[in-house]
Amino acid sequence: MSDPTPPPLLSVRNLRIEFPTRRGTLVAIDDVSFDIARGEVLGVVGESGAGKSLTGAAIIGLLEPPGRIAAGEILLHGDPIHRLRPDQMRHIRGRRIAMIFQDPLTSLNPLLTIGQQLGETILTHLDVDEDGARKRAIALLDEVGIPAPAERIDHYPHQFSGGMRQRVVIALALCAQPELIIADEPTTALDVSVQAQIITLLKRLCREHDTAVMLVTHDMGVIAETADRVAVMYAGRLAEIGPVRAVVQTPHHPYTRGLMGSIPVLGADIRRLVQIDGAMPRLNAIPPGCAFNPRCGAVFERCRSDRPDLLPAGATRAACWLFDAGHASEQTR
Amino acid sequence: MTAFIRTPPATLPVTPAAPLLRVENLKCAFDVSRPFLNRVLERQPRRFLKAVDGVSFEIARGETFALVGESGCGKSTVARLIVGLYESTDGRIVFDGQDVGQIRSGAQMQALRRRFQMIFQDPYASLNPRWRVDRIIAEPIRVFRLIDDSTAIQARVAALLTLVGLSPADGHKFPHEFSGGQRQRICIARALANNPEFLVCDEPTSALDVSVQAQILNLMKDLQDELGLTYLFISHDLAVVRHMANRIGVMYLGRIVEIAASRSLFEDPRHPYTRMLLATIPDISMTGTREETVRGEVPNPITPPPGCTFHPRCPLANERCKREAPALAEVSPGQFAACHAIGEGRAHGGAIQR
Repeated sequence: MSDPTPPPLLSVRNLRIEFPTRRGTLVAIDDVSFDIARGEVLGVVGESGAGKSLTGAAIIGLLEPPGRIAAGEILLHGDPIHRLRPDQMRHIRGRRIAMIFQDPLTSLNPLLTIGQQLGETILTHLDVDEDGARKRAIALLDEVGIPAPAERIDHYPHQFSGGMRQRVVIALALCAQPELIIADEPTTALDVSVQAQIITLLKRLCREHDTAVMLVTHDMGVIAETADRVAVMYAGRLAEIGPVRAVVQTPHHPYTRGLMGSIPVLGADIRRLVQIDGAMPRLNAIPPGCAFNPRCGAVFERCRSDRPDLLPAGATRAACWLFDAGHASEQTR
Repeated sequence: MTAFIRTPPATLPVTPAAPLLRVENLKCAFDVSRPFLNRVLERQPRRFLKAVDGVSFEIARGETFALVGESGCGKSTVARLIVGLYESTDGRIVFDGQDVGQIRSGAQMQALRRRFQMIFQDPYASLNPRWRVDRIIAEPIRVFRLIDDSTAIQARVAALLTLVGLSPADGHKFPHEFSGGQRQRICIARALANNPEFLVCDEPTSALDVSVQAQILNLMKDLQDELGLTYLFISHDLAVVRHMANRIGVMYLGRIVEIAASRSLFEDPRHPYTRMLLATIPDISMTGTREETVRGEVPNPITPPPGCTFHPRCPLANERCKREAPALAEVSPGQFAACHAIGEGRAHGGAIQR
């Protein structure tokens, strides 16, 4: 997956996002690196404020000021896209990288019909005339499972239910056949029975179109069902990254372990859930060394002073000094 | 999945002898008619949304009874009816032998109100941002005039803060100085201030992150053991409900479609809707792929389908289901379901294959 030749579809290298404020600079994303391969589903999990949505926004060039990329680079097929002018970025956004937002109610324009919104995107990015765009829009609506698409295309967003609206948003993301879709909490606003349908749909469509997905969510269950690899974020940094099965079943980073244990599991009668005491630090008070050290049960001296890099830990890579070769030999001595 | 299921200890009474709370045929309809003039001009009748349509259940002392369902199924309305935030259209609520609807005197009502409390979903919206935490927590003590002496009130507030895992010094802070999980702890401390026996918890952890959710759920279990509390727990998260509840009622469009002990509901769900809900749970143990059994969405509750309201989404529906609403019937000891297919033997038994 991390074969240097040819370059991966998307490569994020040492990304650092800062928010200059009156009381000093907040570092919201601090030295984050990962790759997404063609057709791969990368799940990004973390608690609110961990920086997962911000990473997605930075990739697609929708970082809101005063937020800015202070260091690092974002490469699409090896070409940097983080310094493009807005007009250049418009050729990539929607065409090569698309986005699905959390709330289908606010991500559709209530004053335009579904057909006008789909048509606008198709005409912008693809070389078709209006008739062709309409045909393509109907085909897309059919593909995302909207009944009677030829009729529904002239309806307004308020005439659709929440689940149907999210299907429209997915159609909108797919319409220029992008290589990568960034899905930011695509099912959080939906009911459980609708969530299951949307996840199944997203999975099937991306497999059929060979589209890669960066799936940002706080729901480990959705990740477990959908993703190929998972990146766990904590306080703007990567805590652990690896194949989904390894991260979910045999996590290594103490934070990931706590996170997995805190999820109630059906069928297992656990009297108490594993709890990680405390809360994620605020951005203006991230402790030195490992950001997780004040809440960590396995903390030792080095964690409080040095920040760990991603180190190989079983099948995953974890940013934790426990997996440093030096530490292991010290323990055995 | 089967290997994953461990048999839980059978510690819980399935049928309570003397329930702390009994709800009988509870109904609540909201008037959603157009304004008077529009109705007259457009010749439209009044329209009602039956948020709760004939709900009955019992909660035994010391147990946790959960109501689950998707948004709009009426579970929060039931919670609000029980604590008296809404007035019911029909039905009875009997708390510890007293019919709440029959109480006429204010003093009697206050004496009863003192015995239950509510925890709300959003800890950001349920605390007054301009009050300090000690004032927020002391409010029920003052309202019910439990303690008059202000130093004694302070001591009680400090004890409550310690009980929920905060520091007595936190009483001088304002709600905005706390994180979501800490705010929910403050809400719990406030709910416990008047020593209630019964807590109605309406989605208490839905607004929280998972690791914080675990802290709050653990705290709620500890408090239940310590103080002998009875919970009505409302949630849409089946895994949370499975973890917390002794018995569960599944709601769909204002009605309870299945009631069973937590364990039997998850091991042997009988109602097609319960089965569908269980099929939606992401399989975190990753033992296989789920069937694509989930279909459709919850219909508009203003114009619910006739007969069994679940029939448009039900794989087992027939003509009778479209005409006749089924009543809750005992399908196995302690397990009740409202489904014609089960009564007629059309539903194949056994646990759902996941």
